[in-house]
Amino acid sequence: MVKAIEATGIAVVHICTIVPISQTVGANRIVPAVAIPYPLGDPSKTLEEEKEIRRAILEKSLEALKTPIKEQTVFN
Amino acid sequence: MTYRIVHYINQFFAGIGGEEKAGVGPESRSGALGPGMAFKAAFGNEAEIVGTVICGDGFFAENMDEAGEKILKMIEDFKPDAVIAGPAFNAGRYGTACGAVSEAVSKKLGIPVVTGMYPENPGVDMFRKSVYIVETSDSARGIKDAVPAMSKLIMKMLSREPVGSPADEGYIQRGVRVNRFHEKIGAVRAVDMLVKKLKGDEFRTEYPMPVFDRVPPAEPIKDMKKAVIAVVTSGGIVPKGNPDHIEASSASKYGTYSIAGVQSADEVAYATAHGGYDPTYANTDPNRVLPIDVLREMEKEGVFGKLYDYFFTTVGNGTSVASSKKFGAEIGERLKKDGVDAVILTST
Repeated sequence: MVKAIEATGIAVVHICTIVPISQTVGANRIVPAVAIPYPLGDPSKTLEEEKEIRRAILEKSLEALKTPIKEQTVFN
Repeated sequence: MTYRIVHYINQFFAGIGGEEKAGVGPESRSGALGPGMAFKAAFGNEAEIVGTVICGDGFFAENMDEAGEKILKMIEDFKPDAVIAGPAFNAGRYGTACGAVSEAVSKKLGIPVVTGMYPENPGVDMFRKSVYIVETSDSARGIKDAVPAMSKLIMKMLSREPVGSPADEGYIQRGVRVNRFHEKIGAVRAVDMLVKKLKGDEFRTEYPMPVFDRVPPAEPIKDMKKAVIAVVTSGGIVPKGNPDHIEASSASKYGTYSIAGVQSADEVAYATAHGGYDPTYANTDPNRVLPIDVLREMEKEGVFGKLYDYFFTTVGNGTSVASSKKFGAEIGERLKKDGVDAVILTST
């Protein structure tokens, strides 16, 4: 899906937990997530802390979308 | 002699549990278990499954290095002559785990190892060059064909017989070229092939071209403050009740739902339809997969221009590459038409 959407010319950032799979499939902008059942959260934390985690990942994602890249890039 | 074989499987095939148990760490048991019973029957007196090493797919995916080392140690403790892993069919994390374990066994223990997967399993592209992966069907229904093919191949390797071509042995091409003498020269074979092609007869290429399925990176966003951003997920978040009946696995469709005015993907209105991970956390707070709450805050603060009025969702669980491509192309067309500048796609 990432590739087919990007093929229309729209930049896509892929937030995912298993980065190697995203790399193999061919996403260009990749941001690592927290865990498979909660990519943008962490149930062991308070709701406020979770929102901070979510915010940090989303800010990184927007940063990735602003960054010119020539090849597959993981934004750690 | 009777060869000693260790079998690697996940928590599901070990009978420990489904997705709710995918977080269990590596453990070791003596003898055969689950699909190991079928292998045991296939081996007869030639080989014995001395032990089974199990690891939850979620645990492996999230702790690859640590899990890999522990599993390798557990395998080594059985002093095996060979290892079989899976088969993983079309289970992505299980395939990745089987591939990684097989590669470690081959490289570090230097003994024969065979695994099995469906060709679209992401583990195939990651590990086909380093390990023998027998081609299986996409679901556990294919176990009856996978077991004989995998057992035959591992016995061949154990008895040091030469391993034949991928087509003859049923494994997925590893990108290895082997020299051999042919009774006809290349020119004759090429003309024969061309004639067959012209006649519309079936022919088999001697050198399949690799498929480079890559998309060049799109241009970045120049002015984030004006950008319209859409959110898409393969994590299966849907309006509660799953109105379009998106399947829990092998999804044949995606959903398009309005989020105009929605401030948060809360648990009252949303839930996941995904059958490939423990849904507890996503159902307690769907924002953990579809982060509407924080995106709305950022939109209000003016970090980016606007959140697109709809989100797109499907279940990325054994969903075929063909379906995913189709979904992506349709979603992309619509977003392009509606002037969306960028997409955040979340996956579980």
